[in-house]
Amino acid sequence: MAGNPQMLDANTPYAVRSYSPEALIEALRKMYLIRRFEEGAEDSYMRGLIHGTMHLSIGQEASAVGSCMALSDNDKITSTHRGHGHCVAKGADLGKMFAEFFGKETGYCRGRGGSMHIADVEKGNLGANGIVGGGLPIAVGAALSAKRLGTGAVTVCFFGDGANNEGAFHEALNMAAVWKLPVVFVCENNKYGMSTSTERSTAVKNVAERAAAYAMPGETVDGNDFSAVTEAVDAAVARARAGEGPSLIENVTYRWRGHSKSDRNRYRTKEEIAEWQAKDPIARMGRMLIDHGILTETDLPKIEEEVAETVAEAIAFAKESPDPKIAEATRDVYTPATARGAAA
Amino acid sequence: MNAENTPEVRTLSYAEAIREAMDIALAEDERVVLMGEDIGVYGGAFQVTGDLVEKYGETRVMDTPISELGGAGVAVGAALTGLRPIFEFQFSDFATLAMEQIVNQAAKLRYMLGGAVSVPVVMRFPAGSGTGAAAQHSQSLEAWLGHVPGLKVVQPSTPEDAKGLLLAALDDPDPVMIFEHKLLYKMQGPVPEGRYHTPIGKAAIRRVGSDLSIVATSIMAQKAIAAADELGKSGVEAEVIDLRTVRPMDRETVLASVRKTGRLLCVYEGVKTLGVGAEVSAMVAESDAFDFLDAPIVRLGGADAPIPYNPELEKAVVPQVPDIVEAAAALAQGRT
Repeated sequence: MAGNPQMLDANTPYAVRSYSPEALIEALRKMYLIRRFEEGAEDSYMRGLIHGTMHLSIGQEASAVGSCMALSDNDKITSTHRGHGHCVAKGADLGKMFAEFFGKETGYCRGRGGSMHIADVEKGNLGANGIVGGGLPIAVGAALSAKRLGTGAVTVCFFGDGANNEGAFHEALNMAAVWKLPVVFVCENNKYGMSTSTERSTAVKNVAERAAAYAMPGETVDGNDFSAVTEAVDAAVARARAGEGPSLIENVTYRWRGHSKSDRNRYRTKEEIAEWQAKDPIARMGRMLIDHGILTETDLPKIEEEVAETVAEAIAFAKESPDPKIAEATRDVYTPATARGAAA
Repeated sequence: MNAENTPEVRTLSYAEAIREAMDIALAEDERVVLMGEDIGVYGGAFQVTGDLVEKYGETRVMDTPISELGGAGVAVGAALTGLRPIFEFQFSDFATLAMEQIVNQAAKLRYMLGGAVSVPVVMRFPAGSGTGAAAQHSQSLEAWLGHVPGLKVVQPSTPEDAKGLLLAALDDPDPVMIFEHKLLYKMQGPVPEGRYHTPIGKAAIRRVGSDLSIVATSIMAQKAIAAADELGKSGVEAEVIDLRTVRPMDRETVLASVRKTGRLLCVYEGVKTLGVGAEVSAMVAESDAFDFLDAPIVRLGGADAPIPYNPELEKAVVPQVPDIVEAAAALAQGRT
């Protein structure tokens, strides 16, 4: 069974060497949760239960979960419009996530934010963001707070390859480096900013090369390899925690689904999608845990079954939850006077 | 405040009053940090932060790179996670570079997250024309930000209010945008010692009058007072209301004055079209005070043009004291 010292050698993946079997099984469970959550969301959308749009991260689960392994609830993340995975990885409750999707009062944002604005402040998730690059300076601000207030928190800032051409990216990385702040920039390079490939949009081959311009370490990793992601981000988190400043990690991955619900997939081929589906991060993670004796083939269906149950319960909770009151449409624009003592 | 609850009042400049407010805040609250371009050893482009960096060091008085978008966003993120940043834009015009963080993030985060957070950030904007800095360093953009739910927008016109509104902004849990007129920085006036608040959302009646109401913002409140004194010599008694806060607007004070005088003149430096005076006018027109109007509402505002360089042209595109006197006298004609 798991963590058997005799099985550990130089060829043992970092994650297996560094984390307990329980932690690794939990990580795999979270990856399944993300996928089933998003499949459930997609299905609910098709049935007309969810309006608006959504940006699915199916295929990118190793990046979300692997990047949060070294974080506690005290640590912060900022997320993106493709943020469900980050949210689950940081420990969110699926019922409240689905409720938000369904626009319900019981959702994380009481139905005011929807898919693109889910946050879970208690778990350190400062929120998804509808603006490409919007979370980057905010993450640097959170790292500034941690340094000034001595909280010991590290901020992991998720963003996509599209954001690396926003001015906010460059301003944020520069300031984080100048002030040596405890932040890890995690670029999830899924090859396309909506329809425009990184080859057509980005002057450097790898986003991580841009770290050199801000005098910080930069590393490109296989973002579908849970252990590789964990190894790179853990080192960056440790560096941040030690007061040595920011790092840029680029997780190269792929979104199986379109950019959003309006995507007709005209900018890529079926073959390309199939090729990446063959690199399924969840299957690879399952295989790694089986190969190292942490799980057996028969354990996987059990985990899947349990996850499916959790997702079904979460959807049921969301469906049964009440809608927000129309009379409260303008609530929370400002902080009420009665809450000010707490806010101050 | 001293034992008798009557703080000593000194004469300070508007800039000194702001600096005193920041000094008090920095001394009292470890969470307060100042951020901005050249606010450290340089003392700020208008010498508002002055020598504060010597007293509090570079970790509390932080020079930022020339990165308005990033800098404003860092302030928002810091406010979200426990600090109380005061972010200085070197010129209010540079808000254009940071609108994403101000409008999409600072203003909306609380609402988007269903009330789970507050964003207690203060941003300071040296604004307005009259310094010969031309079109990209002279604008009055308060109406832009006043249009955004989630923000509070104030425009102090005296040293006392400059200090009191900044201290009130710091104690406010929501983002407060302070537009400071650059020509007021050297204005001298009485300023109480110690900590006090000028309430956000409350206008000030600067001069009591019965013939017309002049509702003005920022430096225009001072010009309106000068115009009202001039008008007084010819027997026209103007009531001057200094709006002080653009959002949320002090509806009651404005409406009460209009009900009393029956005449309304709005004076503001921002572009007249779709500006603060348009909102004041509409507020009156939509209210019961409309029935008290004896004449059409008059607005004086900035011309529909960028601020020009030539000093005479520069003066010509924003209301001056003689313009206010003339407009007020014409409006007051025919009063009963």
